[in-house]
Amino acid sequence: MADLTSNFIGIKSPNPFWLASAPPTDKEYNVRRAFEAGWGGVVWKTLGEEGPPIVNVNGPRYGAIWGADRRLLGLNNIELITDRPLQTNLDEMTRVKKDYPDRAIIASLMVPVEEESWKAILEKVAATGCDGVELNFGCPHGMSERGMGSAVGQVPEYVQQVAEWCKKHTDLPVIVKLTPNITDIRKPAQAAKDGGADAVSLINTINSITGVDLDIFAPEPTIDGKGAHGGYCGPAVKPIALNMVAEIARTPDLQGLPISGIGGVTTWKDAAEFMALGAGNVQVCTAAMTYGFKIVQEMISGLSHYMDEKGFTSVDQLVGRAVPNLSDWQHLNLNYVTKARIDQDACINCGRCYAACEDTSHQAISMSEDRVFEVIDEECVACNLCVNVCPVEDCITMERLAPGEVDKRTGKVVEEEYANWTMHPNNPGACAAE
Amino acid sequence: MTHNALSPGIVPGRLQAQDYEENFADLHEPLDDHEALVAADRCYFCHDAPCITACPTDIDIPLFIRQIATGTPEAAAETILGQNILGGMCARVCPTETLCEEVCVREVAEGKPVLIGQLQRYATDTLMAAGKHPFKRAEPTGKRIAVVGAGPAGLSCAHRLAMHGHDVALYDGREKPGGLNEYGIAAYKTVGGFAQAEVDWLLQIGGIKVETGKRLGRELTLDALRDQYDAVFLGVGLGGVNALGLEAEDKDGIADAVDFIAELRQASDLSALPVGRDVVVIGGGMTAVDAAVQSKLLGALNVSLVYRRGRDRMNASVFEQDLAASKGVRIITNATPVAIHGNGAVREVEFEYTDDTLAPTGERFRLPADQLFKAIGQALDAEGLPELDGRKIAVTGAGRTSVDRVWAGGDCAAGGDDLTVTAVAEGRDAAEDIHASLVS
Repeated sequence: MADLTSNFIGIKSPNPFWLASAPPTDKEYNVRRAFEAGWGGVVWKTLGEEGPPIVNVNGPRYGAIWGADRRLLGLNNIELITDRPLQTNLDEMTRVKKDYPDRAIIASLMVPVEEESWKAILEKVAATGCDGVELNFGCPHGMSERGMGSAVGQVPEYVQQVAEWCKKHTDLPVIVKLTPNITDIRKPAQAAKDGGADAVSLINTINSITGVDLDIFAPEPTIDGKGAHGGYCGPAVKPIALNMVAEIARTPDLQGLPISGIGGVTTWKDAAEFMALGAGNVQVCTAAMTYGFKIVQEMISGLSHYMDEKGFTSVDQLVGRAVPNLSDWQHLNLNYVTKARIDQDACINCGRCYAACEDTSHQAISMSEDRVFEVIDEECVACNLCVNVCPVEDCITMERLAPGEVDKRTGKVVEEEYANWTMHPNNPGACAAE
Repeated sequence: MTHNALSPGIVPGRLQAQDYEENFADLHEPLDDHEALVAADRCYFCHDAPCITACPTDIDIPLFIRQIATGTPEAAAETILGQNILGGMCARVCPTETLCEEVCVREVAEGKPVLIGQLQRYATDTLMAAGKHPFKRAEPTGKRIAVVGAGPAGLSCAHRLAMHGHDVALYDGREKPGGLNEYGIAAYKTVGGFAQAEVDWLLQIGGIKVETGKRLGRELTLDALRDQYDAVFLGVGLGGVNALGLEAEDKDGIADAVDFIAELRQASDLSALPVGRDVVVIGGGMTAVDAAVQSKLLGALNVSLVYRRGRDRMNASVFEQDLAASKGVRIITNATPVAIHGNGAVREVEFEYTDDTLAPTGERFRLPADQLFKAIGQALDAEGLPELDGRKIAVTGAGRTSVDRVWAGGDCAAGGDDLTVTAVAEGRDAAEDIHASLVS
């Protein structure tokens, strides 16, 4: 069993799986249960300023979309930060940290953009013995209307300013949690780095409406006939989150900025993918909210088995391993020519590849009277749609043409040399490779 | 006097009251909403789907399943019923395992087809429960058509003709319309009076006048019908039953399986229906299985289904054979009845082993039997019919007979399997042909 010990910006935890700041980490009862289940750390549900507690709606707080057999694919929430008194949370954090010294407890914070407010709360949370703070610049609903959450995260200058205040007023590691509701994720990440933050975590939830009630014509979740946008999370957002994590990881100016990966992590494999694209650890919420805390056992065993298979002895050996292979389109090899190949033994003759290719792509699959489907190499551009719509795994594959073979579509011999768009004769700005 | 499984002879009340209810409950519990969504989600929405090709009525199965999956089962029902107006009954009685579900790509790939039959039932039940009849009649044409036989073929034909604006007189020899749906199918396949409910629902189209107790060759003649109507459709089924050709076939305790099934279907109290302790059913088709299984369900101690060839030659599907076996019916193959023994009433049936060419091996055995059901096929039973092809009415194209303005379909017509769904298709297609010939 591989060693999953994690050291993220000096915060140690027995594994890289943290629970994200969210309802699962709202109180002592849950966090103790999470630790008993095996979670490496928790980011406590966001604390606000001292004063009258936050008020939540009393109608539905969540909406969802589902896949087959009502498998939850995406979750949307309009819940605000903790609605319990600040001192209650602080007392609980202190007790839990004392009982679980080997686990990470991070305090998520959200207060108005005023130095005094941040200074005050930082002093209070430092006293709990927690391992770090995470600045919630991400929540896209409710608090953002009050100038906090994503309203801060969408303005790089604010991000930098608050990060600076926090670094000034605490010795604890500072993680800045980023909102994805922005055009270029690198800008707030840069701001966090410039403000001295120790790490960024992303993504927070995405502005969303999960559906519309077609009887009363109201967005869902619906509260007394009205709806407001919420924050979207769960498996559906993973591709968006992976891209944003990777964008930060591969940007030269952001090199070395640690990343805590968040967004639809549901299995060990999701976690490994985030880490391969540069995340030092991952945070999980929706999967726990869907299946309970026990899922971490699968994450631990899965990641461990994978690392053993690969011969990795530390999670750090996985982190960032795929980043060098993330490229720009213009640098992709245009001499890499593939063709779809259908394994006739595996084919179940459903004809989905045919319908997809014939109706919407390149008419590169033929269908015989007895339902045999074959690729027409003269037409196949290797778009991969047939692979994606085929219900049988590995029935259709993309096979590379070896250099020297003729691509029947273009009539050209496949060349061995790497050549990309920047060198292509059709590119007015092309320069010959020298 | 109370009876139980061991009581000799043909007696009623072998079971406790609640056993009858349990034994004759729905063979397949209907899918609930969630089960239907899960089942529907397994459909791959195949291109030019094999299931459609396998369906005698060409129902667009992937489309109706997608309509269920997207929460519109009533739209799914319209897709089904537009092709097959008896889609509700066919969902219950079709041997889907040898039709649509046999060729489902998931059956081929995994041995687990999409539950097409049960999904079809879910859709049609939903629509019928809502009391909706989604079809409307065209403007009246003034044409009058006689449909003889209110079974699947006749009902299908009548509905399609009525839809095209024609006036239909629908005759049937029995007391109730429905044909084999009402009289000839195992009770557990169509519980809750579904057959009559479906007929009532079908007749909501309007323009169809039902007259029961009118038999061709008795109260009706083809010549008279041709004089009175613009066209005639014959869907009279197979009213006769083949005989074993043995001596003493008229002994007490010997009956036609179809009569037993009809009696059972019409019984208001199954505990009053007598059944033997040792029942022997001779035959290898659906009727034989239905009679054997229902005998067992009525409390018979020993039920043997004896077929003269091998199991692979039985007309009953593997599913039906397995169903019979699971209910405790003993299936004996390669045996032909050679003698009936008993004094006044049957006591034993003697068989001789026969190979698949029906050549006797010379070895014989006897089965005790206080009740013997014959299920070795039905035959046409009417007079003054158009020309025959073998033992059935000869047809060309969409059911055209040798007699001008007379069409035929369903079991009485040559060609096609003797299935409910095939009868529905033939009735529908004949109606279209009649319509085309009348309006041209």
